[in-house]
Amino acid sequence: MCLTCGLCSSGCPASGLEGMDPRKFVRMAALGMGETLLQTPWVWMCTMCKRCQHVCPMHIDIPALVYEARQHWPREKRPRGIVASCDASLKTETSSAMGVSPTDFEFVVRDMLDEVRTTQKGFENIVAPLNKKGAMFFLNQNSREPVTEPDEMVPLWKILNYVGADWTYGTLGWAAENYCMFAADDEAWERIVRTKVQAVEDLGAKIWLNTE
Amino acid sequence: MESIITWYARWIREGKLPVTSDWNAELRLKFTVQDPCQLVRKSLGDSIANDLRFVVKKLVGEENFVDMHPNKSNNYCCGGGGGALQAGFPEQRRAYGLRKRNQILATGAHYCIAPCHNCHSQIHDLAEYYGKKWHTIHLWTLICLSLGILGENERAYLGDELAALGL
Repeated sequence: MCLTCGLCSSGCPASGLEGMDPRKFVRMAALGMGETLLQTPWVWMCTMCKRCQHVCPMHIDIPALVYEARQHWPREKRPRGIVASCDASLKTETSSAMGVSPTDFEFVVRDMLDEVRTTQKGFENIVAPLNKKGAMFFLNQNSREPVTEPDEMVPLWKILNYVGADWTYGTLGWAAENYCMFAADDEAWERIVRTKVQAVEDLGAKIWLNTE
Repeated sequence: MESIITWYARWIREGKLPVTSDWNAELRLKFTVQDPCQLVRKSLGDSIANDLRFVVKKLVGEENFVDMHPNKSNNYCCGGGGGALQAGFPEQRRAYGLRKRNQILATGAHYCIAPCHNCHSQIHDLAEYYGKKWHTIHLWTLICLSLGILGENERAYLGDELAALGL
C-alpha cells in the first residue's frame, strides 16, 4: 500500500529520466497502467539498487516491479549488451560474461604470475593456485582483470600471500559477474549461480570469497 | 559467500596485515569511499560498510577520510549497477551518475575508493566525463601501497603524487 509520500523518488538518482520515477512507477502499477509500464525503457536505466525500498515507510519492493517489467520485454528487444554478456557467460564453464575459457584464464594467471616472480624483487615465491583442493577460500574474479588489465590481479595475490591465506582460483566458475540477472532471465541466472556453486563445492573450498 | 573486505578488516585487526597511513602523513590526500549497493544495502548491510571504513581509515589516516552523505546503507547507487554499464543508454547513465559526482565533489576528496567492479567502472567514467576532479581506485591498490609492495605496473589508477611512491 503506497502512501504516495515520494521518499522513493526524492532519493532516486534515476528520477526524471524518461519522465519516470519510482513513485510514478508504483502509482501507475496501482492504477492498472501496466501496459504503459511494460513499454518504458526506464526499467533499463533504474539500477534496481533498492534505495527506494530502503526508505519506503511501507517497504514496497519497487525494484521487483522493475525486474518484472524487464521480464516482459521479449528477449530480442532487451538491451543487446546485457543479453550478449549473459549469453557469453552461458557458453563457457567459467561463467565469464566476456567469454573467457578455462584454458585462457589459466594461461593469463600463469603468465602474469611468471612475470611477477621474475621481475619483482621479494616475490620470487608468490603463488596464485589454480584448482587446489580443500582450500579455505575459493576466490572469484571479475572478467575485466584477466581480459583487459591482468596487472590488477597482482595486488590481490600479494595481499593473500602476505597474510598466508589458504586460497585458490578455480578454472571453472571463477567469474564474479552475472549479467543474466540484469537480463532478467531467471533460468539462466540460476544456471550461472549453480555452475559457480558447483565449482566451489567440487574443489571442497570452505568459503566462496567475493573479491572487490 | 563472504566478502574479502570482511577479511581485510579481520587481518588488520589480527595484525596479519600491518597497514599504516604513514605514507599519507605529509601528503594529506583526502579519500572517500563508495558503498556498493550489492554489497551493503542489498546483502551485508552496515556491518560491512563499517568494516570498509575501518580498513580505509587505517590505510589513509582517520583525518584524511571524508565520508559521503548520505552513506552506508543509505548511500546512492553510482549508476553502474543493474546492467546499466551495458544497457546502451550512456547519456542517461551519466545523468544518473550526476548525483554520485556531486556527492564525491562535496567531500573534496582527491580519491574515491570503489571496492566493486561495476562501481569502479562507473565512477571512473564519471570522473573522466565530468572534468577529472578525482581518481577512482580499488582497495587492493591502497593496501599494497601502504605495505610498500605495490609494483610499477599496478598503479594505473593512481594520480601523479602516488605514481612513484614507495617504488
